Amino acid sequence: MTAIPTEPRFLGGLAPREDNYLTHQAGIGSWVFTLDHKRIGVMYLVAILVAFLLGGIFALLIRVQLLRPEGLLFHGSDLSVYKTYNQLFTLHGAVMIFLVLIPGVPGALGNFVLPLMLGAKDVAFPRLNLWSFYLYVLGALLALASILIGAVDTGWTFYTPYAAQTNTAVIPLVFGAFILGFSSIFTGMNFIVTIHKMRPAGMTWFRMPLLLWSLYATAIIQIMATPVLGITLLLLILERLFQLGIFDPYFGGDPLLFQHFFWFYSHPAVYIMILPAMGVMSEVIATFSRREIFGYRFVALSSIAIAVIGFFVWGHHMFPNGQSGPLNTIFSGLTMLVALPSAVKVWNWLATMYKGSISLQTPMCYSLAFFFLFAIGGLTGLFLASLSTNFHLHDTYFVVAHFHYVMIGGTMFMFIAGLHYWWPKMTGRMFNDALGRLACLLLFVGFNVTFFPQFLMGTHGMPRRYAVYKPEFQPYHVLSTIGGFLQFAALVLIAGYLVHSLYRGRRAAANPWGGSTLEWTCSSPPPHDNFPTPPVVRAPYDHKHLLWNETLGGYEWQPVENETR
Amino acid sequence: MTDATNVAGHHDEGWHLAHHFETPAQQFESGKLGIWLFLTTEILLFSGLFCAYAVYRANHPEIFAYAHLYLSKSLGALNTVVLIFSSFTMAAAVRAAQLGQTRWQVRLLALTLVCGFAFLGVKSVEYQAKWKEGLLAGRAYQPAAPPHGAVVPEPPQRAESATGAAGGQPESAGGMKLDKSTIAPAAVGRPGLSEKWLQGKAAHPDGHWVGPEPNNVQLFFGIYFAMTGLHGVHVLAGMAAIAWVLVRARRGEFGPKYFSPVDFTGLYWHLVDLVWIFLFPLLYLIH
Repeated sequence: MTAIPTEPRFLGGLAPREDNYLTHQAGIGSWVFTLDHKRIGVMYLVAILVAFLLGGIFALLIRVQLLRPEGLLFHGSDLSVYKTYNQLFTLHGAVMIFLVLIPGVPGALGNFVLPLMLGAKDVAFPRLNLWSFYLYVLGALLALASILIGAVDTGWTFYTPYAAQTNTAVIPLVFGAFILGFSSIFTGMNFIVTIHKMRPAGMTWFRMPLLLWSLYATAIIQIMATPVLGITLLLLILERLFQLGIFDPYFGGDPLLFQHFFWFYSHPAVYIMILPAMGVMSEVIATFSRREIFGYRFVALSSIAIAVIGFFVWGHHMFPNGQSGPLNTIFSGLTMLVALPSAVKVWNWLATMYKGSISLQTPMCYSLAFFFLFAIGGLTGLFLASLSTNFHLHDTYFVVAHFHYVMIGGTMFMFIAGLHYWWPKMTGRMFNDALGRLACLLLFVGFNVTFFPQFLMGTHGMPRRYAVYKPEFQPYHVLSTIGGFLQFAALVLIAGYLVHSLYRGRRAAANPWGGSTLEWTCSSPPPHDNFPTPPVVRAPYDHKHLLWNETLGGYEWQPVENETR
Repeated sequence: MTDATNVAGHHDEGWHLAHHFETPAQQFESGKLGIWLFLTTEILLFSGLFCAYAVYRANHPEIFAYAHLYLSKSLGALNTVVLIFSSFTMAAAVRAAQLGQTRWQVRLLALTLVCGFAFLGVKSVEYQAKWKEGLLAGRAYQPAAPPHGAVVPEPPQRAESATGAAGGQPESAGGMKLDKSTIAPAAVGRPGLSEKWLQGKAAHPDGHWVGPEPNNVQLFFGIYFAMTGLHGVHVLAGMAAIAWVLVRARRGEFGPKYFSPVDFTGLYWHLVDLVWIFLFPLLYLIH
């Protein structure tokens, strides 16, 4: 942290002079075969952002189609023109779920920060970690190949019997999702073993940063639920190849059984998506309020509670689909139970901010947005969990809006928050904070303009997945499309200033935000093996000994008397 | 899962310590937890199939009571014995590795591998017979004769459905199969024991089948091939792992200080064995 080099040198100015994980080895081979969790995290990040762009383009095409009641892109009396629309929403869903939301926070941010936060040199199985990344790439390529062979038009849920009958490339896409499942399982295995076995002296369970608790709970779901998706998708492939008959009523099978199998994974999967985002929320709230997390143990254990309860609520996707009444009632009750640990988290975050010294830097702005969006998304979930309202709202835009409020307003907003929060750590550069806040505001407004009208449409009976609609819904759809483009503009702005920061950004200090967790004790970017000596583990979220140092442009640890390891 | 245990390790007294571990014990325990987590995922992978089995057996016991008569109990029993014996030799191989008895370890691993081949050999004999007799899933279910032990008044008559075999779409299928599909799917079908099964049962208390062929027998073979096929793939994977460990054992890489690859391969092999121990009674020995 002495001289600050001004001229860009390696990797487009990304890497400063001193030895860190970016400069430790050079050349393409050093990235392709790297076993360093930080580099794997960065590669994941790039791949996920590419997939995010792709999924976003599909979303915008959907929104453009819905500008006019009779359809702007595809219209006419020949029904086959709408097949392209079905393919678009299938691809939007499949890409965003399997390639962006599920691996997003764990794969990109988790891989980068988990060992750093824990005080370990790497994850337990570095080679498996690299495998996990390449399986992700392979799954993604198969998904792309399916577009070329014949884009799937079943919806991302692949419901039978249609998925067993359509002549689109179901098998490549489903096999891609199967492989992505392995990628997810390997990440989960790595995280569980790392957290169990690689904690340095002094890092007890209740000294772990809350992101680690979230990732641990996520990993449990990844391990326990993903194999069931694996066998479901495998059976679907066999159904198409050999008419296995398990899911296809044409051969005596039961399509509702497919839905049970599918949602046994895919409901817990939404907790795979939201739990890591909640972990990022805990980190950001603590750092930018400069306070200890209120009710640390409750926030930590509520992650586990969400993971456990999340396994017993899958039936709420099938309320009107022929599931029996008593089962519906049980699933409805269990679903509402998830609101409890979620609310525990939200109230504790609020209480953390109370009397905190809040600074509204970019990551914190996203966290504040999260409060609003997750509250709306979560509470509308209760409408859908109630049987009486569910029968009215099932398969309408209300569900679409609810899901996007939780998954985009929750997960994606926190993914972007985490990206900004750890950006200085990953790249060693500071981005333009004023532009960051502006983009956050634009994204927040654009998001609400897009999805809030969808709640209203849904309650008025607009069904999801329709390429054309009745004219009275047009104002909502037009608003929604405008919001979609606002979000796109915000994301372009974010991409712009982040890329700019790589070349022209101010050099980041080791601890630019005043974070109290271990990753901020490393240099920015961290050295190749993270910690030359095992780090001193303090209580989590202790901000007392962090003081701003103007010359460093960051916070500095003050020596603590009589410190024990 | 044993990957990490030999990542760029130091060749030092026969065991490998990866750079990010502090002690060999930490490395071994990490690997052990990893393999157990992996086995958890394997159990859950199979659990989906066991769940499908349970749903269809509960809703349509007559299909299982009839179709299982097609399976050869003696070949199934033989394979069970082969696999249980191979689990014993595998466990003994791990013990030999821990004691540093390299020659015994190699012999026992080779014996385990031979058992794997024997299992797959018997299985292929069974599959071949099913193939010849037309006992397959879906449209390919065209049985030549009723199963041994069943008294069927009129043997199952299968129309030559040329159109059905050619087309992938249901509409193009032969009329015969469309009739079969009018049977309600399992979820809304009659729960518990269906009448046809009860009739057969009453006529023949020792569990043999008397009466016409039940509907949707092809479902049994769909489940049978999915379960035994996935298990067979796991046997193959286990054999590949054993072969890899065998090569390394011949080089004398394992001993009292470093034996985790043998140990973890053994755990995996036992799980594959265990799955078969559930498959055998559920598919072959039911009434």
